[in-house]
Amino acid sequence: MGVLVEIRKLSKVYERGKERLEVLHHVDLDIEQGDFLALMGPSGSGKTTLLNLIGGLDSPTEGSLTVAGQRIDNLGEGALAKWRAGHVGFVFQFYNLLPMLSARKNVELPLLLTRLSAAQRKRNAGVALDLVGLSERSSHKPGELSGGQQQRVAIARAIVSDPTLLVCDEPTGDLDRNSAEEILRLLQQLNRDHGKTIIMVTHDPKAAEYARHVLHLDKGTLVEQPEALQV
Amino acid sequence: MKYFHLIWSALFRRKTRTVFTLLSVLAAFLLFGLLDSVRTAFANAGGSVAGVDRLITVSKVSFTMALPKSLLPRIEAVPGIAQVSYANWFGGIYQDPKNFFPNEAVAENFLDLYPEWSLSDAERTAFKGTRTGAVVGATLARKFNWKLGDKIPLQATIFPQKDGSNTWTFDLVGIFHAKDPKLEGQENVLFFNWSYFDEASRFRNGSVGWYATKLSDRGRADQVAQAIDRLSADSDHETKTQSEQAFTAALVSQFADIGLIVGAIMGAVFFTLVLLTGNTMAQAVRERVPELAVLKTIGFSNKSVLGLVLSESVLLLVLGGVIGLAVAGVVVGIVRVKLGATVPLARVGGPIWLRGLALMVVIGFIVGVLPAIRGMRLRIVDALSGR
Ligand SMILES: Nc1ncnc2c1ncn2[C@@H]1O[C@H](COP(=O)(O)OP(=O)(O)O)[C@@H](O)[C@H]1O
Ligand SMILES: [Mg+2]
Repeated sequence: MGVLVEIRKLSKVYERGKERLEVLHHVDLDIEQGDFLALMGPSGSGKTTLLNLIGGLDSPTEGSLTVAGQRIDNLGEGALAKWRAGHVGFVFQFYNLLPMLSARKNVELPLLLTRLSAAQRKRNAGVALDLVGLSERSSHKPGELSGGQQQRVAIARAIVSDPTLLVCDEPTGDLDRNSAEEILRLLQQLNRDHGKTIIMVTHDPKAAEYARHVLHLDKGTLVEQPEALQV
Repeated sequence: MKYFHLIWSALFRRKTRTVFTLLSVLAAFLLFGLLDSVRTAFANAGGSVAGVDRLITVSKVSFTMALPKSLLPRIEAVPGIAQVSYANWFGGIYQDPKNFFPNEAVAENFLDLYPEWSLSDAERTAFKGTRTGAVVGATLARKFNWKLGDKIPLQATIFPQKDGSNTWTFDLVGIFHAKDPKLEGQENVLFFNWSYFDEASRFRNGSVGWYATKLSDRGRADQVAQAIDRLSADSDHETKTQSEQAFTAALVSQFADIGLIVGAIMGAVFFTLVLLTGNTMAQAVRERVPELAVLKTIGFSNKSVLGLVLSESVLLLVLGGVIGLAVAGVVVGIVRVKLGATVPLARVGGPIWLRGLALMVVIGFIVGVLPAIRGMRLRIVDALSGR
């Protein structure tokens, strides 16, 4: 399969007053279409920063970033927002659901930006919730769901608009072992059965075992070449 | 609008706080509705009399100036008029100035013009036949525990008797009731005979305070009013003919600049409202930063976030404001019926609603704009990591 994400000499510098912090330094990386990549490394090594750049949440200081043939490193704020809506699904450590909305309304959020009718939005959200095994909880609010269930709603929200790329920042970081395994199996299933390309940041080696490849980041540089994992 | 549920749910994220804020918006616009009704009534005071069936004619110079009684037959001759009566403000005090109530010297036929007051035929005849007779509204009689046959002494403040005495003593010969129980609030007047007043008063002779006219066709109120005023044009007693509402309004305007007072009060109220709701909105956005960041992550543009927060703030104002104005409408409706012309109030209709809605939207924008810009400007990566 072809390369989906092509990263060349990617650097990110944060400037705080006089302080200049180079969080990523000349990162080169290709991510294959259909890959499930785990990004590991010590806290503060730049994992989240790299993931945010790939997901188009932030722009790099230097280098190029191409996703599905499109350069996104030089897109402006508005264009980047549009690009995210069409190409990326996000899953965060703390689920980040809107507390006032039901599970289904949360899942529908990305579809509000499409031309789908209310009925189509409802149906698609239903399909996504079904896929994560929560169809019978669709009218529950996040506060009425367990952590693992909330994360499954978040995954449903991330995949509902069928994005090119699924980007997960420590998706199991706040979950107990059982819930974490459920989430990881769900991601694995999305990758295997539905061909979703997934990039997942984690500091848990057990979690990384669910991925096809593991990469280590240290002080802003990749320290190993991706090694093939037999899962 | 497909985003409405987002705005609505954001607004009621903190129910208690939102309800209290809504209550203050409601109170502010209730006050606005009432005051604007008063202001409108005064602003319209000099205006059209279309649609009324009774007119009041007073001196154009000042309503305190008397008009010659010789005008009576001339007014009666104006086409479109069913009946003319007249009266004088007396301004007498019963025992203590605190006991204030209107008391007026009225022509024999005065009550005929006010069919909303019911007085038995016997009492009506007694009033006409008793020189010192007086009739009072039932509310007033109840208040002072007056019964038929009682003598009621009033201290004159303007009109002493010929012998210099300030005490006018009247014989209570009748108690009138409002036919419509909702008008009970207006049953607080004392009427006595104008002829007695005119004879016994030291300075008055043959002049009246105002003419009250009943029209035969309310559709011609404007023409009739003009015709009456034409009778005295260019004389030393030019008149101004207006509706009862307008008359009351003109009376109060003598003492106060209503527009200025209303403007000052509303200015203070809305200033407080802006601070209060502004604080609510700022807080609402501050605690929702991660949620707004999620919307942006998903692909909501900066403009959409700006729009969402602004809509929320406008919705807050419109929701509270519409309820407040609706309540004002009900209150004004009730007061207008209960107190009639004694309190000048305009109906809370189209113009007041338009002004109110415009204020709600403008205040909503003012209050929402800073929090909205803050929401728009927030950087996703910072917001997500709690920076
Ligand atoms: N917006 C920012 N401004 C300044 N410094 C930042 C910002 N984001 C991240 N950093 C710094 O960059 C480094 C890497 O952060 P991050 O990518 O979140 O690491 P990780 O996810 O691997 O723990 C940290 O030292 C962090 O403090
Ligand atoms: Mg991180």
